[in-house]
Amino acid sequence: LVFTEEDKYGLYSSLLFKYFLAEGVVCGHDLFVASAKEHPDNILKELPARLLDDTCKNELGEEAIAVKSEDFQDSMKIAWRYQNLPKMEASPTTSTKFGHYYDVSKTMSPELFQSIKWHSFYLPEELSLQTKLKICNMNSAYARLLQSIQRIIYQEGFDGSDPQKKQKNILRIGIQSLGSMLWGDDICSSDTPEDIHSLTKFLYVLRGLLRKSLSACIITVPAHLIQNKAIMERVTNLSDMVVGLESFIGSERETNPLYKDYHGLVHVHQIPRLNSLICDVSDTKDLAFRLKRKLFTIERLHLPPDLSDTVSRASKQDLAESAKLLSSGCGAMAIGKKHLDF
Amino acid sequence: QGKFTLLRDTRTDGSFLVHHFLSFYLRAGCKVCFVALLQSFSHYNIVAQKLGVSLTAAKERGQLVFLEGLKSCLDLLFGEEEEQSGQPSPLQFISESASDLKALFNFVRTSLTPAGNDSWKGPVLLVDDLSVLLSLGATPVAVLDFIHYCRVAVCSQLKGNIVVLVHSNEDSEDEENELVVNSLCHHSDLILWVEGLVTGFCKDVHGQIKIIRRLSLELMAEQDRVQIYQYKIQDKNVTFFARGLSAAVL
Repeated sequence: LVFTEEDKYGLYSSLLFKYFLAEGVVCGHDLFVASAKEHPDNILKELPARLLDDTCKNELGEEAIAVKSEDFQDSMKIAWRYQNLPKMEASPTTSTKFGHYYDVSKTMSPELFQSIKWHSFYLPEELSLQTKLKICNMNSAYARLLQSIQRIIYQEGFDGSDPQKKQKNILRIGIQSLGSMLWGDDICSSDTPEDIHSLTKFLYVLRGLLRKSLSACIITVPAHLIQNKAIMERVTNLSDMVVGLESFIGSERETNPLYKDYHGLVHVHQIPRLNSLICDVSDTKDLAFRLKRKLFTIERLHLPPDLSDTVSRASKQDLAESAKLLSSGCGAMAIGKKHLDF
Repeated sequence: QGKFTLLRDTRTDGSFLVHHFLSFYLRAGCKVCFVALLQSFSHYNIVAQKLGVSLTAAKERGQLVFLEGLKSCLDLLFGEEEEQSGQPSPLQFISESASDLKALFNFVRTSLTPAGNDSWKGPVLLVDDLSVLLSLGATPVAVLDFIHYCRVAVCSQLKGNIVVLVHSNEDSEDEENELVVNSLCHHSDLILWVEGLVTGFCKDVHGQIKIIRRLSLELMAEQDRVQIYQYKIQDKNVTFFARGLSAAVL
């Protein structure tokens, strides 16, 4: 269960959402798209097209070659301790290809959809169909969504209930903007919502459904609107993976020289720890994303060298503040107390 | 015997302790009732196999009673009408507005009460994790009542042990959770508190564990004994060492 906290204007999180679905189409998985604000048909029309392998490899290959030829022979004089560390790679190398790459400037061709089965759940349509129903005191929109998911899982045999089915397939579920007012939940609009437990109950039942079947799910939530932080803590506890996207649009960081190459930060709050005692933690915790013309990339955040001639106090303090924020860890591995900064 | 152990984690995942206690008690030959609210059976099974215990075998010979919260919640919501005519589901409180955990307690009690021909040593109740009950709509008072009833039944009457995992955070905004955790801390005989290192993330030392042994509940008696170790989790094992003496440093 991948839980994504949306960035303020929802631009980048919807991009991530579409990537997830596009990957599903390309891999031949079935899709289930649920949304309250945009009709799923429209969402599916806007999925990015698959990037042909050649162009992508060339792009990355060129960058890698350029880097190598520059500082191949230089041996470090001052920072010689760092000589033996592997060269830091900003973007994933072509040798470890996992998944596919997508071209954001083009949309996926409709023929690709013919081969997969996709189901949609558009809340305004569903609400007009039946009368209200309440499962376990949950918000009726959530209840209906759960019923719909459960029905699809059961009917299409993702939970192994139909032994006749020879080919096993995976169901990719994408739910957009859960918890927002459009779903009838008021946790985003008031400090003391009417039913605090709707979202958490929904997530618990969804988790049960996912564990029971061959499916994966991504949910985007406008976390910045949720006033009651206790809910976010509970939700983090109930999800396998929690990723937050923070975009720089409209914030003071847009002009911060630290971040001039990037469009936003990626905060990994939790990574899944399934079927083992340990989890796979990467070396770095500071990730940033940027949207180039064709690619949406997530890279390690590296600070630009501090080459300013003027030593102005204000900017140095700014940098220190931002650097402090960079060292926050993620929840699966332990985070320390905040008052110590290194 | 008759001990209440609280597993508490702050900003990290203390579930490795749950796996440890599960395999520990099963190997010791105790009858275990495991209320697993957050993960599926196969997850615990796979980890337990790495630790040398088979949960399926334990379930078959009646040593382990496993309540898979996720599955019984689904059965409750989407199950057929006929199945519900039997015993009420232990997680009934989710669908009913009365938020008391009586059904859950009855389930625990019936599974740990020794049957005629049982030859197991003391009963053990293991809960992973209690904070989820709050997310599902139980009030903090109901959760505390549930634990209290379990203590009476398991610790006092049946002379068994209870191990419970909770999540907490010092600057947490989840007041209900903090209320439950603080209350449980006062009632525990042993607290294992797992937290992150004060200095932040480290690859070789995953965190530190504080062991607080409650020696006496009387006022003016001796202070609780506190021991602090650091740990590193590996695939099949967790190594503990004194502070600052990680293998990476020596």
